Amino acid sequence: MTERGHIPESRQREKPRADLQWIGKSMKRVEDPRLLVGKGIYADDINEPEMAHAAVLRSPHAHARIVSIDVSKAQELPGVLCAMTGADAAKVCDPLPTWASPPVLQAVIADDRVRHVGEAVAAVAAVDRYIAEDACDLIEVEYEPLPPVVDPEEALTSTGDAVLHPERGDTNIGLERKLTFGPVEEDFAAADLVIERRIRWPRSGGQPLETVGAVASFDDGAGRFTIQCNTSMYNYCGWMIASTLRVAPHKLNIVPTLAGGSFGSKMFVHKVPVLAAVLARAVGRPVKFMEDRIDNTTSCDNHASDRVYYAKLALKRDGTLLSLKTRIIDDYGAYLQFGVGQHGNALSQCVGPYRINSVEVDLAAVLTNKCQQGAYRGFGSEVANFVIERLVDAAADELGIDRIALRRQNFIQPDQFPYLIPTGNMYDSGNYQAVLDETLKLADLEGWRAKQAEARKEGRYIGIGVATCQERSVFSATEFWMWNLEPGVEWTSSPDGVSVKIDPTGKAFVTLHSPFWGNSPETVAAQVLAEQLTIDPADIEITYSDTDQGLNSTGPGGSRFTVMVTGAIVGAAGKIREKLLRIAAHLMEADVRDLTLQDGAVHVKGVLDMKMSIAELADKAHYYRLSMPEDLDLTSGLDATYVYDHPVTTLPDPDERHMGIFYPIMGHSCHIPVVEVDVETGQVHFLHYAAVHDCGTMVNPMTLEGHIRGGTVNGIGTALFEEFSYDEAGQLTTALWTDYLIPTIKESPADIVVGHVETPSPFTEYGVKGGGEGGRMGGPPAIAAAIEDALKPLGVTIDSLPLPPSKLRALIRDAQARAA
Amino acid sequence: MERETISVTVNGRAYERAVEPRRLLSDFLREDLRLTGTHVGCEHGVCGSCTVMMDGVTARSCLTFAVMADGAEIETIEGLGSVEAMHPVQQAFWEKHGLQCGFCTPGMLMTAVELLKANPDPSVDDIRDAISGNLCRCTGYQTIVESIQYAAKLMREDGP
Repeated sequence: MTERGHIPESRQREKPRADLQWIGKSMKRVEDPRLLVGKGIYADDINEPEMAHAAVLRSPHAHARIVSIDVSKAQELPGVLCAMTGADAAKVCDPLPTWASPPVLQAVIADDRVRHVGEAVAAVAAVDRYIAEDACDLIEVEYEPLPPVVDPEEALTSTGDAVLHPERGDTNIGLERKLTFGPVEEDFAAADLVIERRIRWPRSGGQPLETVGAVASFDDGAGRFTIQCNTSMYNYCGWMIASTLRVAPHKLNIVPTLAGGSFGSKMFVHKVPVLAAVLARAVGRPVKFMEDRIDNTTSCDNHASDRVYYAKLALKRDGTLLSLKTRIIDDYGAYLQFGVGQHGNALSQCVGPYRINSVEVDLAAVLTNKCQQGAYRGFGSEVANFVIERLVDAAADELGIDRIALRRQNFIQPDQFPYLIPTGNMYDSGNYQAVLDETLKLADLEGWRAKQAEARKEGRYIGIGVATCQERSVFSATEFWMWNLEPGVEWTSSPDGVSVKIDPTGKAFVTLHSPFWGNSPETVAAQVLAEQLTIDPADIEITYSDTDQGLNSTGPGGSRFTVMVTGAIVGAAGKIREKLLRIAAHLMEADVRDLTLQDGAVHVKGVLDMKMSIAELADKAHYYRLSMPEDLDLTSGLDATYVYDHPVTTLPDPDERHMGIFYPIMGHSCHIPVVEVDVETGQVHFLHYAAVHDCGTMVNPMTLEGHIRGGTVNGIGTALFEEFSYDEAGQLTTALWTDYLIPTIKESPADIVVGHVETPSPFTEYGVKGGGEGGRMGGPPAIAAAIEDALKPLGVTIDSLPLPPSKLRALIRDAQARAA
Repeated sequence: MERETISVTVNGRAYERAVEPRRLLSDFLREDLRLTGTHVGCEHGVCGSCTVMMDGVTARSCLTFAVMADGAEIETIEGLGSVEAMHPVQQAFWEKHGLQCGFCTPGMLMTAVELLKANPDPSVDDIRDAISGNLCRCTGYQTIVESIQYAAKLMREDGP
């Protein structure tokens, strides 16, 4: 135990090995065939008999009181089954689930006051969507506008009518507090130099191609809801939806559908399923509510971190990093769905891959008249990466030290793992030098430096950026509440479960208790089970449970699924293997210790042809109880469930000297983009892009590379184009995809050269680490650095994103004016 | 609203249906004919997920009224191939990991089919031009380009 906490013993059962047959192979995806022929069932593909369709009337105001609302004309429209106001909804349901403590009350339909453009004001169920939308146009609402709060720093001082939630006090500060880890003041006093920057990270979002949707029905015989929905976390906390709907948790079954992408935005959707359920009960028919794009961009869980940082990095003249202080104002929008969990997350790797002795974080989470924040690939840590990388670049420039050399000098060294950072989180393993070296090789840095010099002579602006970023994976639940001042939800479990069955013919069935949301859960499960039981993945069928059948499972998010489902399958397969061996020992009259499972059969070691296949043993296990020994454990069949707990997590220190271990499975990446900036137009072109990731033992290199490239292009969007932009009146000016610019192929590098380093985790099964978010965690700081490097002759500094041509042109213009 | 009767051939099968003039082709296909393989992403013509083939040319079914398809031949993802007998573009997307969540995939595949029909040996730039109107949020596009290149190869070798 140190003041940064203690490190528990590893519970790893399966060590990384070189002789794995399925893990580590780029196996084609199990999910793909049905998706490729148009037979995947997404939320909007569900069709129930007598199903009605919902549409929502949304607030045109950022902040207003609802003076009156009249739905009578809507109700008279033929085909309309129900038009519901916020007051109607409040009679049948409670506020939506929230992790904030104290809570910020959020209604599924706003009642007396609207707090952002796009907030639901009324909902209609009708026989088809067209009529439902017609009916919304017939609803008359009188508003009394209130002052809109749009600027996060102005929100710090809001009072009176500008306060969104007066019941929480006369302030728009949702939570404000300072946490200090280690001797910050001493370290700053000892510093030769302090780098200071104001850094602005823009509000962007996952923007999956599929919006959120649900089909709900209410069985009034059983008093029970069924909701089919493209959400996650239903087997972790789906019961919270039941509480909102005022039914007992066992009176709600949530059934997952495929999700057409999430990137965090469908982590725990609450408004859509609750709305569909409330309407379904009201009209006595199944109701589908499928968001259209405006529903989604203005009012779902699609907006992410929106932060202003005042950051200070203290260091010695020789380049030794000492301490980091940040004042953060985060614009959370109108509600706090996940509390300030994004800042728990950001504490997990706020010092990057560097030895930094102490950290201070002074956070103000402000409430403004914008859509609430949700989750997006990085969940707050991508911002921390951007900040530390920008500061390190600035420090190198200030000291006249090469940016790469300064990084090397401060890297945590391979022999220092497991390593506790000042906030208490653990980095389990890593080799940052190796990742950097591999990236430099793929990037041909020297070659590009030469081309850059040539280009400058021709008046062209080529730049090379280097970012060395942490890629935390496998969250623990403590991140959601560690910042809270008042006790609320204080869970410490974040497991994932799996059910495995071998049928009498030897085929394997896996039930996952978490959904498909664009990742490869079936492929991972098939590879790991095939490895464990030495069977062919083609003999494995994968299905998904609903909450009726579900085991405690947190679901994907925070790059946790591959690690967690691998652990769960190792646990379940171990039970099955043990039973197979016991049955085989009995039937072949051998000692269990002389048996081995290989190639789908139990063999007697050293005896040729003494073996029984899994299919033979499964047949015996199912149908020949009287051939088995008298052992109460040898029940007929071959099945096992296993709930795998987070591999290594600890509690926050009661005195808050540290926050415990909460995000320890630590990947690492290095991104080196080469860009050319057209100084006349402000356009950025990628000339080359190299990215190397260390995600521990790879389960499937092909799908991991898919995540890396896709995440990197998300990062390009964040860096260059994407922003949920609100004007002074609180109008969202980028609600449509004509204005919110998602990278097309034309904005994406033709070739993102991906490399790998594998430093296994000593804590997870086979040493696997998560890799779902790293591209977006490494891309933005590297791209910002590359643009800054390109524009070095002009003296442009990059402190904020995104950098669309208009903004980059303005920076160039300002720099040219300063020079002149 | 008054309905108009339209005759449409979809994946080789003739349909006659009465539809409101405002009904989108995407809703007609997905709801009236229950061909839900065509996906609706943005519903304002940006993402390309809803792309289908109309008289041999790609069209955004979310920006097309069903009545505009009166007399037309429509092809959707359901007509392209089956799990047992995949079209080479489907096979190639599977081999080269050209999809993750699968939502943009039907539109991407129809666009690829149109390209390969006109240009059996497209360059990378040809492919990038062809799919520049289709958004994919998962892959970063690179494996989609590889998939289409591979599909072209398969089709050149084996015929369509």
